[in-house]
Amino acid sequence: MPDAIIACQALTHVYLRGTPLEATALRGVTVEVRAGELLAIIGPTGSGKSTLIQHFNGLLKPTSGNVRVAGLDLWGPDADRRRARRQVGLLFQFPEYQLFEETVLRDVAYGPKNLGLPDETIAERVDEALHSVGLDPARFGDRSPFSLSGGEMRRVALAGVLAMRPKVLVLDEPTAGLDPRGREELLHRIEALHADGQTFVVVTHNMDEVARLADRVVVMHQGWVLMEGPPNDVFRRGDELQRVGLGLPQAARLVQILQSRGVPVADALTIEQARAAITAALGGKHGERHGAH
Amino acid sequence: MELIRYVPVGQYVPRASPLHGLDPRTKIVATTVLMVVLFLAPSFAGLGLFVAAILVLLILGRIPIRFALQGLRPAFFLVLLTVFLNTFFAGGDPTPEMFRFGPLVATVGGLRNGLFVGARLLLLVALTSLLTFTTSPVELTHGLEALLRPFRRIGVPGDELAMMMSIALRFIPTLFEETERIIKAQMARGGSFDQGNVFRRAIAFVPVLVPLILSSFRRSEELAVAMEARCYSSGAHRTRMKELRLRTADAVATVVVVGAAAAVLLLR
Amino acid sequence: MREPFIEATGLQFVYQPNTAQAVVALDGVSLSIDRGEYVGIVGGNGSGKSTLAKHFNALLLPTAGQVRVAGFDTRERDALWEIRRRVGMIFQNPDNQLVATVVEEDVAFGPENLGVPPAEIRRRVEAALEAVDMAPYRRHAPHLLSGGQKQRVAIAGILAVHPECIVLDEATTMLDPEGRAEVLAAVDALNRREGLTIVHITHAMEDLAGADRIVALEAGRVIMDGVASEVFDRLSETPIGVLEPPPIARLARWLRQDGLALPAGIHTVEALADALSRSHGPVERRDA
Repeated sequence: MPDAIIACQALTHVYLRGTPLEATALRGVTVEVRAGELLAIIGPTGSGKSTLIQHFNGLLKPTSGNVRVAGLDLWGPDADRRRARRQVGLLFQFPEYQLFEETVLRDVAYGPKNLGLPDETIAERVDEALHSVGLDPARFGDRSPFSLSGGEMRRVALAGVLAMRPKVLVLDEPTAGLDPRGREELLHRIEALHADGQTFVVVTHNMDEVARLADRVVVMHQGWVLMEGPPNDVFRRGDELQRVGLGLPQAARLVQILQSRGVPVADALTIEQARAAITAALGGKHGERHGAH
Repeated sequence: MELIRYVPVGQYVPRASPLHGLDPRTKIVATTVLMVVLFLAPSFAGLGLFVAAILVLLILGRIPIRFALQGLRPAFFLVLLTVFLNTFFAGGDPTPEMFRFGPLVATVGGLRNGLFVGARLLLLVALTSLLTFTTSPVELTHGLEALLRPFRRIGVPGDELAMMMSIALRFIPTLFEETERIIKAQMARGGSFDQGNVFRRAIAFVPVLVPLILSSFRRSEELAVAMEARCYSSGAHRTRMKELRLRTADAVATVVVVGAAAAVLLLR
Repeated sequence: MREPFIEATGLQFVYQPNTAQAVVALDGVSLSIDRGEYVGIVGGNGSGKSTLAKHFNALLLPTAGQVRVAGFDTRERDALWEIRRRVGMIFQNPDNQLVATVVEEDVAFGPENLGVPPAEIRRRVEAALEAVDMAPYRRHAPHLLSGGQKQRVAIAGILAVHPECIVLDEATTMLDPEGRAEVLAAVDALNRREGLTIVHITHAMEDLAGADRIVALEAGRVIMDGVASEVFDRLSETPIGVLEPPPIARLARWLRQDGLALPAGIHTVEALADALSRSHGPVERRDA
């Protein structure tokens, strides 16, 4: 069992306590992020996803319960939350809006500089990070971040967090608002980094992305964990998901409709899997049907 | 951190009261008149009448007295300073000395002066607070717009000023949220905003200010385009869905204010 | 022959013309949109779709060529307000188009600009908020609303000036699935019930399930213009540039290649499920 890099125990968070606007965003959430995995957190708007991930790097303090990063309680007596921010990198939604430097190189260097690293190390990290998001430092390095396209700016923001070499990278809706090409490029990069061993937490509304990327899924609803497990297990419970306002990956939905009509097709998450499953169940080139059961 | 969102702009206290129901124009004009009178009031007696009036108005406006007193707190330091400076340095003609403190001489005349000016300052804050307690920012904008409209002919762009105020009010909470978001994003990259001396901290804010300013420029451009698309054009004749209408209560209030102003001025 | 509602002929638009930074955003676009049509305009970033949209309400004027809206040439200065009243536009950022501190006041903004009498404004605001299901929020502050709710308020603001057409300029791009569904439902209802012409600019094919017709742009030119299901099918044959067909259309094509008989024009899960279970389900059918 891989180690948990982040572990939340009975985490509760109440906003604006004691005021007329008081609201409970998290109710006793127990969840962990394991080394090497890509964990997807899904849930309808208002389920507490955004609040939860801000606890992972100590930006928010639990009202009760605890958060441990690499074994250490973030709010305990020896807590070093600045170190936690180095270990847990967080990229908010529409991160291109946080770019501020004159050049791409300088902006990506902001993170490593804050860590107090020596200049040569910073330069290395920046170079490495830009390459891993597919932006050639020679072409993009000296350009103003604001001269880039939306998708490129987003990748600069991602590089900015990667340059800090976090143990876990938490992404909040990484593909929101991107056009199909930008989305494909970004997902491709995430897959590559994940294959290289980077641990990810991805908060998303896009079920097809979950199907493509996730090793494990946590489903949030009104501040608590509704269910968790591998994507196949979670998406098999389509009715429950629908009841809380969540959808399914298109392939899964298709296959489940067919299954409910008695067509003997296997589970599928992606359309590639659906193709294989449907062709196997309904007959391929010959157009013949194999016996129903 | 989320407390940033909780800033009460203008400290509007939503209540149903005779004061709240008055036309904002009446209240703005009344406040202005009373402010002028306050500065012309020559005696403590006059100020005393003022205090009584403010208390009556607070009750009429259903504003808790304690809440109103809390609103005076920020002015207190200034008042104390005023009293102090006047006591020791504003004697004017030779007046009876009270005591000496090294080179500083406290005079009765100075103390009297100080208390008078200090009291006036407090009353000024109380008066304007009364306006903002009982009139929402939206109403204030409408009131000002209506009051400035006749001055159009001499070139005062009242409508445009009102539109600017309205848009500013609309975006204050949005800007607060955005600032919070940017601060968190930079904190997530190791930025810290609470360390070092004044200069260090100021420089640390650049990664927050630059995105904020850029986004504000983008926002104003997009907003301008949207307004044009909705047929807005400055200088054109615009109607208003909510028209301000003066009522009996406003007439009564005006009479009362004029009467009170006269009384104070006559109390020499 | 009835005149189309919006007609672009040989439309060319250049940003910063005659300078070193000149960019040709539209390169000879010709298309026409009839009253009551629900048209989707798709393209990747830089395809010129947003630039094209801004010609429909005269926010931009052609560098060359002509655009006619409701019979007016967009270059006619006197027709400007009339064009903008008839063709309303909703923008991408839900926040940056709401002007007032209170929802009902924002919806009133349009009619106020047109000098509509106060009592009439009130009536229109009520009706518009009802039409987009936002009437309970009339006294709310805009910053407390969700993205989908803000866009619906923006739509109400357009409805209050009694338009004939609504252009959505990437209005669903920044919304979550819930918000997107709300806005699409509202727009769909307006098209069906009131006969409003809808032009939806987007890069997401999935948003266009309700569209009658799809126009595809690339590098400032129209590369495809036809009935929605046909366009989806053709794109699954040969993806053009950045345009991808909806995943289900692609799956349907693969299944046809694998030998399964499927009708053309399938691009939704329901349609594909129906087609598959009908012709290949466990219930034996004597004939097709």
